[in-house]
Amino acid sequence: MNWTKKVQQTLQRELPYEDLLPSELPRYVHSYVYYFGVATLASFVLLVVSGIILAAFGPQWWHVSGVGHFFNSLHFWTVQMFFFAMVLHLWSQFFMAAWRDGRQWTWVVGVLLFLISVPTALTGFLSQQNFDSQWIAVQGKDAMNALGVGGFFNLLNFGQMYGFHIVILPLVLAILIGLHILLVRWHGVVRPIDDPPPKVVRRS
Amino acid sequence: MSDRQRRYYRGVSMKPDDLLKELAWALAIVLALGVVLAAAFSSPDEPSLTAQRVAKVEPAILAGTALRALAGQSAIAQYGPPYNNQPGASQSIGGFSPEAWAGVQIPINAAKVFVLRPLQSAAALSPNLKGALTTYEAAPRSQQQAWTGAALKALGKARYDASGVVLPKGHYGPLPTMLDGYFRLARSGLLEAAVGQNGSVYQTDLTSQMLLLQGQAMGAAATPLHMLGAQWGMMREPDNYPGAVWLWLYTALYQIPPYSTSASADLLVGLTIGLLSLLLMLVPFIPGLRDIPRGVGLHRLIWRKARRE
Repeated sequence: MNWTKKVQQTLQRELPYEDLLPSELPRYVHSYVYYFGVATLASFVLLVVSGIILAAFGPQWWHVSGVGHFFNSLHFWTVQMFFFAMVLHLWSQFFMAAWRDGRQWTWVVGVLLFLISVPTALTGFLSQQNFDSQWIAVQGKDAMNALGVGGFFNLLNFGQMYGFHIVILPLVLAILIGLHILLVRWHGVVRPIDDPPPKVVRRS
Repeated sequence: MSDRQRRYYRGVSMKPDDLLKELAWALAIVLALGVVLAAAFSSPDEPSLTAQRVAKVEPAILAGTALRALAGQSAIAQYGPPYNNQPGASQSIGGFSPEAWAGVQIPINAAKVFVLRPLQSAAALSPNLKGALTTYEAAPRSQQQAWTGAALKALGKARYDASGVVLPKGHYGPLPTMLDGYFRLARSGLLEAAVGQNGSVYQTDLTSQMLLLQGQAMGAAATPLHMLGAQWGMMREPDNYPGAVWLWLYTALYQIPPYSTSASADLLVGLTIGLLSLLLMLVPFIPGLRDIPRGVGLHRLIWRKARRE
């Protein structure tokens, strides 16, 4: 069996380019709420880019450089936009019951994205190397310790938190965002609640 | 289009759309907004709290921190896992105590790490301090406790000057010399380095240094910034900048009973948030919860233009 050919055929059948990157969408895709997802994605891209610049110069750069402080500010405000857009996206999808017609895993991955974004932001606050990070670390450690994970996920261990923030968690987010978008494109856009898909009558 | 989507979209009229252009526009708008917000409002950067600053601004707190650590009464000495085995210190709900089960994973002897070891490092430069340390460490535990107990009692009447803490007359053994050395070390800016020493040039784990000032010292610095737990500090940043507002529910739980009155508040809040997160994730599988959107009817507003068309 030719594995490559098999994957090629499966992709052509299950996720052709017209589904993956459609140039036509259903007419019911007509509301501002559909922009919240793309705004979240755009914020994530900007977070990665500004984060790469900050990481390239090291965690202390922004304390001593005006340019560094600007990129830190850009990163800081983009986090706010990211969460703002993501929460709007999450709740609008909730009120659209967007998990219908077999889309439950798209929802599960979406919620997982929100939940993993929280420690991603937390480790970012811990990486700032100022009073804020110091305070969050000593306050937050109690929650981690109470849940029994403080010995491993040690908020006071700067090296570990920085590694989580700039590599591990963004990588997990990027993979899950890819999976989320793939699921969205694979299923197509969910129909309005009052307009369910026609029942498929199976012929024997 | 795949057969699956063709079947799903049956009876739905389609319209041209350009997802890549939308993404490009979203990127441009987010970038422009980010640049404007960054340029207009900058971002907070309150300098970290150092023992040097505490020795200068809050000398009573630093003296108390050192003496309580020696007496085994500091918050960390009595913390329990993961730092030590203090009986009954772990948070627990009806015998459910992941903190106790995880056990000691980051052992910290508060007296040794926060006071004695830093002083031993400094003693290399001070024969007086070396003598005082030798006296202290050679004394029986009961004698050490008597000295620290007397010094802790006298702290309220102590005088603080440029050299550090001056205790009223009493029987403190070598403690005044040790406190003098401790303040000198703190004022020089070397205390954190002495606390965190690990025998290597490289350091990325700051657990000991961070724990040194946790509690009273950091609390005193956080209060004017409105960052205490009771001030919703978990979701706040200094100078009224927006903080982790997405933690509003997590922070809110700490403000209300039974969370605010429980000795195991962190565990209780953590479990509640974990349960709520699980429920949110599993909404599509839970009858009743998954029907809420249909009942609320907000979807009619979202799809009103589509319905009109």
